[in-house]
Amino acid sequence: MNDALLRGLVPQVLGVLVRRGNDFATAEDAVQEALLEAHRTWDERMPDDPKGWLITVATRRLIDLRRSEAARRRREEAVLSEPPPGPVEQADDTLLLLFLCCHPALSPASAIALTLRAVGGLTTREIAEAFLVPEATMAQRISRAKRTLSGEAFSTPADIAVVLRVLYLVFNEGYAGRVDLAAEAIRLTRLLARESAEPEVAGLLALMLLHHARRDARRDRDGALVTLDEQDRSRWHTDEIAEGVRILTAALAQERPGEYQVQAAIAALHDDAPTAAETDWVQILAWYDDLLALTGNPLVALNRAVAVGEVDGPPAGLRALDGLDAALGEHHRLDAVRAHLLERAGRHDEARASYLRAARRTTSTAERDHLTKKAALLRSRPEVR
Amino acid sequence: MPKYLLLKHYRGGPDPLDTDVPFDQWTPEEFDAHMAFQHDIARVLQENGEFVDAQALTQDGAWVRYGGPDAAPVVTDGPFAEAKEVVAGWFMIDVESQERAYEVAAWVSSAPGKDGKPIHEWLQVRQVMEDGPAEP
Repeated sequence: MNDALLRGLVPQVLGVLVRRGNDFATAEDAVQEALLEAHRTWDERMPDDPKGWLITVATRRLIDLRRSEAARRRREEAVLSEPPPGPVEQADDTLLLLFLCCHPALSPASAIALTLRAVGGLTTREIAEAFLVPEATMAQRISRAKRTLSGEAFSTPADIAVVLRVLYLVFNEGYAGRVDLAAEAIRLTRLLARESAEPEVAGLLALMLLHHARRDARRDRDGALVTLDEQDRSRWHTDEIAEGVRILTAALAQERPGEYQVQAAIAALHDDAPTAAETDWVQILAWYDDLLALTGNPLVALNRAVAVGEVDGPPAGLRALDGLDAALGEHHRLDAVRAHLLERAGRHDEARASYLRAARRTTSTAERDHLTKKAALLRSRPEVR
Repeated sequence: MPKYLLLKHYRGGPDPLDTDVPFDQWTPEEFDAHMAFQHDIARVLQENGEFVDAQALTQDGAWVRYGGPDAAPVVTDGPFAEAKEVVAGWFMIDVESQERAYEVAAWVSSAPGKDGKPIHEWLQVRQVMEDGPAEP
């Protein structure tokens, strides 16, 4: 069975049903059931017209759903009018659906789940597995999201920044789950980039590609984290780097910078270095200055301190951390960056204490293991005076 | 088959042995060997069809209770009164017998630590109650 084909068809079929006058929530349930039916039967016999098949099965299921709904309403003595038959539009409604599912009224977790199902064509079980929650919990999260959206027009002009944020969050989940959410985020962002000339859309797509290109080098054979400076760069996917750089260059040429473009520029400079030692930290620091000016985000200031440490030396990097305690409090990354800079400054005892504090505070087992080992390594090394 | 929760505390227990050396005094290689052992346990339990779940918890936590009507929850940060009461993580297994659950717990406790010697960590083994009628 062609999984990619099927998943691309899901939002198109849903779009057809909604344009025929069916309400979004019920139509989306019907399409999900048609999708499950396709998973069950397409391996044995692939229909000649997959889209037509899905529309037929989903419509049949929609009638069933409406009948049970009607029975319920009859008990409440309400009148049910048949939805008017509408034309089968050939237009691809995938983007309209994407904007609806990333509606600002939804929490990020709800928007992500709904987007993956209605636009991404994933089954509830696949989404639940990716987020390590029971399938019933995920099903409930999706129906609650749809209830929140009821009454919202199909074509409500949405906020593209929210859509990009949701896609970015899906991408970041990609490293953890079982379904390849990073690849899924890239696929959806590609769809969006095809229709939108907004440079931040291209910036986000470039950012994803430039990070995704390093996926095989990010863990060692035992699954332990490998930091950027120690990654085997021959395992980076050069085709994705080239594509990311090309997309980014075109976006930057529009001269409407935004945080995704700048983050992509930083990723591109890392990807461009043949060895860690050849990294162009001066340019990276300049981009971090821009990013900090754009966002004012203390986590950006934290990453900038690493670049300062590379350009002006570890003591300067440590000074760049001043004042971040208030904003970042007990964030483990502040301890980890401080530890890194202290280590580079030769202050190994303090570095070790910071690594251990970071290890205690992180919520990731892979990071905990990595940070604990960094601390352990420093135990055997004397202070550099 | 009964399910058992194997609670890991690392520190403490009824009669801790002196093989219990904090992580930060291990070498990176000792730490790697220890983590590889944990992953092996999960893999073998999975292959046996006995694995249900395994999770690690962050070290810091809080005590929280109802604060009364119109009041915020009462929250007290750590440190917990007794470090030994801090649960570090767990395995949940679905096994034939209590004997098997003890066997798995002992195996978990044999994980290599400082100098590759078993850490002899105490595990708390608790059976999960079932919804249906209890087995005789």
